[in-house]
Amino acid sequence: MKKSNIKAWLYLLPALVFLGVFMVYPLFDVVVYSFEEGYNSASQSFFGTGLYNFSYVLHDPYFLQAVKNTFILVIITVPVSTGLSLLISLALSSIQKLKDLFQTLYFLPYVTNTLAVGLVFMILFKKTAYSDGLINLLINIFGGQSVDFIEGPYWAKMLVLCIYTIWIVMPFKILILTSSLASVNQDYYKVAKVDATPKWRVFTKITLPMISPMLFYLIITGFIGAFKAYSDAVALFGVNLNAQGMNTIVGYVLDMLYGNSGGYPSYASAAALILFAIVLTVTVINLLVSKKKVYY
Amino acid sequence: MKIVLEHLTKIYPNRNRKIKDEKIAVNDFTFEIPDGKLIGLLGPSGCGKSTTLNLICGLEDATSGKIFFGEDDVTKAPPENRGVGMVFQNYALYPHMTVEQNIMFPLGNLKGEAKLSKEQMKAKALEAAKLVQIDEYMERKPAELSGGQQQRVAIARALVKLPRVLLLDEPLSNLDARLRLQTREEIRRIQRETQITTIFVTHDQEEAMSISDMIVVMETGVVQQIGKPQEVYDDPKNLFVAKFLGTPPINVFDGEVKGEKLYIGECAVLDVKGVADQPVFIGIRPEGFVLADDGVFECKLSSVEVMGRDTSVVSKHDALLGTEIRSIIPAENKVDTSSPVVRFNLKPAKVHIFNKETTERIYFE
Amino acid sequence: MGNNIDYKQKEIAAKRRNRIFKTVVYVFLCIWGLVVLFPFYWMILTSIKGYGAYNSEYIPQLFTTSPTLQNYFEAFNAVPLGKYFSNTLIFTLITTALMLIVIVLSAFAFSRLEFRGKNLVFTLFLALMMIPNELVIITNFQTITNMGLRNTFLGLILPSVTSVFYIYLLKENFEQIPDELYKVAKVDGTSDLKYLLKVMVPICRPTIVTVVILKVIECWNSYVWPRLITDNQAYFLVSNGIQEIRENGFGRENIPAMMAAVVVISIPLIILFLIFRKKIMAGVSRGGTKG
Repeated sequence: MKKSNIKAWLYLLPALVFLGVFMVYPLFDVVVYSFEEGYNSASQSFFGTGLYNFSYVLHDPYFLQAVKNTFILVIITVPVSTGLSLLISLALSSIQKLKDLFQTLYFLPYVTNTLAVGLVFMILFKKTAYSDGLINLLINIFGGQSVDFIEGPYWAKMLVLCIYTIWIVMPFKILILTSSLASVNQDYYKVAKVDATPKWRVFTKITLPMISPMLFYLIITGFIGAFKAYSDAVALFGVNLNAQGMNTIVGYVLDMLYGNSGGYPSYASAAALILFAIVLTVTVINLLVSKKKVYY
Repeated sequence: MKIVLEHLTKIYPNRNRKIKDEKIAVNDFTFEIPDGKLIGLLGPSGCGKSTTLNLICGLEDATSGKIFFGEDDVTKAPPENRGVGMVFQNYALYPHMTVEQNIMFPLGNLKGEAKLSKEQMKAKALEAAKLVQIDEYMERKPAELSGGQQQRVAIARALVKLPRVLLLDEPLSNLDARLRLQTREEIRRIQRETQITTIFVTHDQEEAMSISDMIVVMETGVVQQIGKPQEVYDDPKNLFVAKFLGTPPINVFDGEVKGEKLYIGECAVLDVKGVADQPVFIGIRPEGFVLADDGVFECKLSSVEVMGRDTSVVSKHDALLGTEIRSIIPAENKVDTSSPVVRFNLKPAKVHIFNKETTERIYFE
Repeated sequence: MGNNIDYKQKEIAAKRRNRIFKTVVYVFLCIWGLVVLFPFYWMILTSIKGYGAYNSEYIPQLFTTSPTLQNYFEAFNAVPLGKYFSNTLIFTLITTALMLIVIVLSAFAFSRLEFRGKNLVFTLFLALMMIPNELVIITNFQTITNMGLRNTFLGLILPSVTSVFYIYLLKENFEQIPDELYKVAKVDGTSDLKYLLKVMVPICRPTIVTVVILKVIECWNSYVWPRLITDNQAYFLVSNGIQEIRENGFGRENIPAMMAAVVVISIPLIILFLIFRKKIMAGVSRGGTKG
């Protein structure tokens, strides 16, 4: 018995070491950091302990801007991407010809490098001295004024960020919803058809309840993912997000840690913990709502 | 509602376009189903019986032929306009709705003048639930019901809108043996009470025989025989039907007609007037054997199984197609188990002979 | 008889409704297909336009009459794109291989071995799944910096090696293998390690392939951690490389060359995807839905 005990721990050892060093220890450490005031990376010393870091972060206009940006991003992209992907999945599951082709196509953004394709979006939307860019050209055709979406007004930048984020998250959602739609027993639809059920009623009374667990799963993970948005913004606006007014909370954390404005792990820790608290709260609310709405 | 099928045919094109062969699921099915009867569509799996059901309810389109409900040609009508009720093999109850909501669901689809108030819907649902005796479980979810109860809910849901035709796809196959007996009586009762023309599909001949007014025996898309269960059993048109109906199954032998006498091996077992000399298949029902010490048909005795009311004699013969001969004799006839052989006389009505080429029945006097 | 006409009309109406519905669906799907594909088209198109030609287009052209591969030479020569590539390849291969060893061993321990505290440890593992990366990245940055591992492969790889989620996924799969197989192997005197490698791993190959695919995609696209831990171009991964190019590669505005780099970076995964299309999509949806 004892021998097998030791053996089991040996099998677990690599995982335990890695997790211990790179997950468990940092978890406690980040809390410690967040309470250490005036920590200095170079001398590894600090003045005292307290809530000053949190207070600093919460009063930092850059942080408030990042929070605002992140919330706007979440509130727009999660419902839009979930709704749109539901619509696309429904359309996909109602056809037979070319279904495979469409599914493959739609999945492409999932395997592309966020940073790389972000550059393409940037040149599509950017207005430069030489050219207004393709999107502005379209806007002009419909009688609108050219806007610089990359370095112009706030709403324009936010719009591009939302569009790009949605473009990036759609493949996963479409894939999950299509497969969960396909897993609904076809007999339900046959019965409904024999009973002369209108399409809309089939959707609200049968399809939606049947896929509701998956839908809520996507909404919850969608919220979590959107709150952690960062690389999409970098791809579009470059690393100096604060200057652009387009930083996200994660971006703020990383900026505090490293780079031109870096060297403040305490502030970074405080911001990261605030982010964690927000995500946790939203997830709990989501779970409570889904308990009420999902039938099993 | 009378249902008429005229030359109904369903052909599935092969998925692989390179191979030209098509699958004929239903081939030239013509049948007039009288109003208010219970019809059993019977056949082995893949014989086209489920396809026929789907054609009648409109979930599949016929390749050719016509379907009439009464005087209406519904061949091309979408299922929702046909007024059929359907019960699926797995019941397809909506798992997120209570029994009552499930039963009420079809009523919620009514539009225009037919639209019902909530109270009316509830009343109708209760009526349907009472008919199938499920009314005490109205607030439960399907997952909380037994298989038999789910089955009843499915029937109630199909009946609640008073369909012109009720279709049941393998209604008993998901139930255990005891429930199956009970439920088939239940289906019979419900059909009698509602007088709705009902068609059900099954692969179990006993099930079909026991409750149907008429049975349709199908094989590989072709209707083999249509008739009252007893008639079909007593008077099968071909070897397939004879073999498919009856438990224990009919015993089939290689045989020969010579000089208006029927031979199995060396034994001349029966006079067959008016039949030309030819090799034949001979089918003998288990109850067609009469134990007799001077019997004309000699078999090697294997074993005797006492079943109380009857005795089942198991024996062998070289000309038999199959593993053993099963014969059922009254319990009072004692078999001498020490003897290596057993002798029978045959009841002419229980012996059928079939053409060796076509397997069609050959009639004799 | 009047009923007959009624049915005919209903049939026709149903057919027409169906056709309109189908058309709308296909148009809708095509539009989304266009939205998905257009950026790819644009990046390839731009990458084969000449530098001069591109900059003289005030109105962007939807095609080009004089394609050139010049930009691709530019992309490989002006910035160390090849280096970024090999770095990413090394990083991806080693990380994935190490991860496989770690997760297979621990999934085996959790699914087949009995030891004290198993449930407690596993519960703690599951709890770790909830911890967002952003929370631990701060300390990890400090740890790696203090260990002097900045701008090394070790520093890049170490924190990315374990994934609790994959351990969980594999453990679930391992547990589906009947106990009898293990007992038979024990009776035959097979060692645990041999049993694991010769029986369990082959049986669970689909799950392992899934995990590998997910990890490779993750590694190829990883940006945040590499950005923190490397500031020497010799250790940049493709994501950082592309960011570097964006910030100050090619002397400001050589967008065609930039797009050539983007194409080069995107193509390996796209080819991988087109080859293992079914496997990848099944894997992602499995990995996604089990969480």
